[in-house]
Amino acid sequence: MTHKSVSIIILVASRALARVIQLFGIYVIIHGHYSPGGGFQGGALLAAGVILMRMAYGREASQSEVSTGAAIPLASIGALLFAGTGLITLAFGGHYMDYGAVPVPGIEEPIVRYYGILLVEFGIGLAVMTVLVAIFDDMLSVPPEERVEGGAPDESSDPVPVERRNPMTR
Amino acid sequence: MNWLVEIVLYLLLLTTALLALSVRDLLAGAAAATAFTFTMALLFISMGAIDVGFTEAVVGAGIVGVYFFAAIYQTSRGTRD
Amino acid sequence: MLVVFAGLMIYATLHLPERGNPEAPMHQELNLVGKPVAGAYFIQNAYRDAATPNMVTVVLADYRSVDTLGEVIVVFTAGVACFLILRRRETDDS
Repeated sequence: MTHKSVSIIILVASRALARVIQLFGIYVIIHGHYSPGGGFQGGALLAAGVILMRMAYGREASQSEVSTGAAIPLASIGALLFAGTGLITLAFGGHYMDYGAVPVPGIEEPIVRYYGILLVEFGIGLAVMTVLVAIFDDMLSVPPEERVEGGAPDESSDPVPVERRNPMTR
Repeated sequence: MNWLVEIVLYLLLLTTALLALSVRDLLAGAAAATAFTFTMALLFISMGAIDVGFTEAVVGAGIVGVYFFAAIYQTSRGTRD
Repeated sequence: MLVVFAGLMIYATLHLPERGNPEAPMHQELNLVGKPVAGAYFIQNAYRDAATPNMVTVVLADYRSVDTLGEVIVVFTAGVACFLILRRRETDDS
């Protein structure tokens, strides 16, 4: 976010913690069939890892994982993966999102549902992760000289003194 | 023994809620709101709703707090009332 | 007024069944008018239908998956709205 008061402790600790958080996020998505968790929580954890790197190192960090321009297209790919899984079941004659209707040779119906749930969780995780990263990038994309709209520019970092309070807002 | 943990959590919930409403520094208010959310997640887990508690901890304490901090960084830290 | 409303809510809560009580009407297989309750079906048949031990995942992603699709669409719409409102272009000649 800022490079003004970055210490070496924050840099090293965030670089170590972000990978652990992302690994735990992948674990939560994949292991969501057996333990608490799922696509939403895992996607939020993955986004937390990326956001931690960007808070510590600035907006240019970890662009290789989720770049700023590709976040919204990746989110739409995730949502379309979810909706497309439902449409595939519709093509085989089942109801919408009825994964058991897809005939896979050699696999009985509950296992098909198992992998359908896994595919859907991947879609949710991708969409949620990229949307949260995109919101964070958009919130920080305003340059600092036009931060405070409608206020004096020197109010931006310190609390407003008592005598300068606007009497109209009280 | 479970009710003792829950009473401690309820008291912590009340304390953090009143702190988040009464403090004048917006950054401290955001931190208190994050603590409120995390206490809420612990309360959900003590009630047995593991999934809800996990979602609350991840989204409320992990993502929304970061968004509060980003918004405070982009605007001003003091409050007018 | 706040105290009166809070007292009313607490008075209403006193008549609910105790938490974790297996005799509560919510946990029966048939509700008060004799129709089958959906929660009992989910608990009994989640592993048989989807081979998944965590029944919360089965309910979220299989039985009620259209609901989860709506949730994802809400999150995606929020992201697109933030993108359209807060974005600053790199070559902004204004």
